[in-house]
Amino acid sequence: MSGLKKILGLLWIALGPVIIIFLFMQAADKIGAAAEGIARTNTTLQWAIIILIFIPICTGLVIFGYYAWKGEYDHLPESSEEL
Amino acid sequence: MRSTESNVTQSITQVIAASSLGTLIEWYDFYIFGSLAVIIGQQLFPSDAGASALINTLAIFAAGFIVRPFGALVFGRLGDLIGRKYTFLLTLVLMGGSTFLIGLIPSYSSIGYAAPILVLILRLVQGLALGGEYGGAATYVAEHAPVGRRGFFTSWIQTTATLGLFLSLGVIVLTKNILGAKNFADWGWRIPFLVSILLVVVSIYIRMKMHESPVFSKLKAEGKVSANPLKESFQKKANFKMVLVALFGATMGQGVVWYTGQFYAQSFLENTCKLDFNESRYILLWAIVFATPFFVIFGSWSDKVGRKWIMLAGMLLGVICYRPIYQYFLDATNVKEMQKTMLLSQSEPVVERGLVPGKADSLITTTVTKTLTNGMTFKESKVEVITEDVLAEVPAVETVIKDVTLSQSSYVVIILLVFFQVVLVTMVYGPIAAFLVELFPTQIRYTSMSLPYHIGNGVFGGLVPFIATLIASFQGSTPLSGLWYPIGIAALSFIIGAVYIDNRRDDNVMD
Repeated sequence: MSGLKKILGLLWIALGPVIIIFLFMQAADKIGAAAEGIARTNTTLQWAIIILIFIPICTGLVIFGYYAWKGEYDHLPESSEEL
Repeated sequence: MRSTESNVTQSITQVIAASSLGTLIEWYDFYIFGSLAVIIGQQLFPSDAGASALINTLAIFAAGFIVRPFGALVFGRLGDLIGRKYTFLLTLVLMGGSTFLIGLIPSYSSIGYAAPILVLILRLVQGLALGGEYGGAATYVAEHAPVGRRGFFTSWIQTTATLGLFLSLGVIVLTKNILGAKNFADWGWRIPFLVSILLVVVSIYIRMKMHESPVFSKLKAEGKVSANPLKESFQKKANFKMVLVALFGATMGQGVVWYTGQFYAQSFLENTCKLDFNESRYILLWAIVFATPFFVIFGSWSDKVGRKWIMLAGMLLGVICYRPIYQYFLDATNVKEMQKTMLLSQSEPVVERGLVPGKADSLITTTVTKTLTNGMTFKESKVEVITEDVLAEVPAVETVIKDVTLSQSSYVVIILLVFFQVVLVTMVYGPIAAFLVELFPTQIRYTSMSLPYHIGNGVFGGLVPFIATLIASFQGSTPLSGLWYPIGIAALSFIIGAVYIDNRRDDNVMD
């Protein structure tokens, strides 16, 4: 199980940037496709909100993957003294 | 001995009642805004597009949800510094006060742009308060609960979110039915907001009589209260890695299952399936009534078999079942196809004439009410635009279907399917308070458990209706495409939870 945790850790490290790139591509596509004027401004705002929210979350996913890869989750603490 | 046990049970019952009532009111306050978003938008924002549309977007889509994690940080820190009791008393006052004030805000026609700006500010306060409330209530109850029954006792707190939704839907439907649709849209929508102040006053009175958590009191007496809970939670790797695993392996998946079952289902039935306003709400109300006891059942069961696999089973069932369920919703309400072979009768057409908003073009709407042989009814409107410019291209006549009412059998099946989704909610949500409480030490518990909970629920969950609707609007997508968001997130959370989370129960939360 420890091996699987570490291998998946690499996947989480890769997944963070992939999601951000995907979101930027989608944003560019949808903003470009929106009609000029308020519709485009609204679409830009919606995507800006989504990207702004998901950047720190994806950063967290990368850190989580790094910890997993380093074996931090091989043993979970069983009492607060271990924390 | 028996007398002591009885006192403990009585004491914990009072703790649960007092905590739950306040939390229920906070959820009620939070949800009435969401349920009345369209009416609020019409009353407090200008009808034509402009700068206020941006504020509208921010206020309705995002603000209340996005600030929840910040509320978790601010009030979580306070809870770990000054205590659980006073912190969630403060969140209750902030939530109740801001909800009451939303009910008093004059419309856009009276005070202009000040109306949407004030709503946005109050909505932010609501989100912050909710971010602080839940972690406090769950921690408070868990720290009072006897060993081995923490899942059972905290599950009562878990029922409040669903009951708050139930209460908000009930008050809205009742007020609308008493006042009529027009009065409700004009001024009656304020009533559910104003009623909140009475509920909050009662809850504050009850909470004032509560004592501080014994675990926190002991910590305080020993001088072990954390000096900087934020720093300890997030800068100490050992704690931070647990915050991350709680978020990605549990609360993220729990959040999307929660909001798909209780919000997206109703939104999908109303907006995509064009179900009648009341009917879509009654379906959810029935589903909630029957499913709510399962919070306690799964919470209690998690005391025996562990929290992990109950929560993960809920996520997995969601991943597997969402698409077939929503496909049935579409099929059962596809009146466009059904009327080809099952049309029984149709009413005389009602013609309405008006103007296209912001233009000089005329709008002619012809509506007929149709009845099918299986008992279903719906309204079919043909909308025709007559342009002022004689040289302009004549727009096509648009056919709009709305106010679909179901046949008896479909109605029952759809209630069962929504009920099933709410049962999944109870699986992921019933044990999660106990799971989070056991994951973190007392000193930083309020802060540490609140953040992953509110990112999971407020961000991943709260954005389900918005992101799913957005995906469904992409070119080439189908009405079911939006489900890929909750399915993908739940699947990811299931894998992370299955691999990285321990099924062990931590009986000692005094450390």
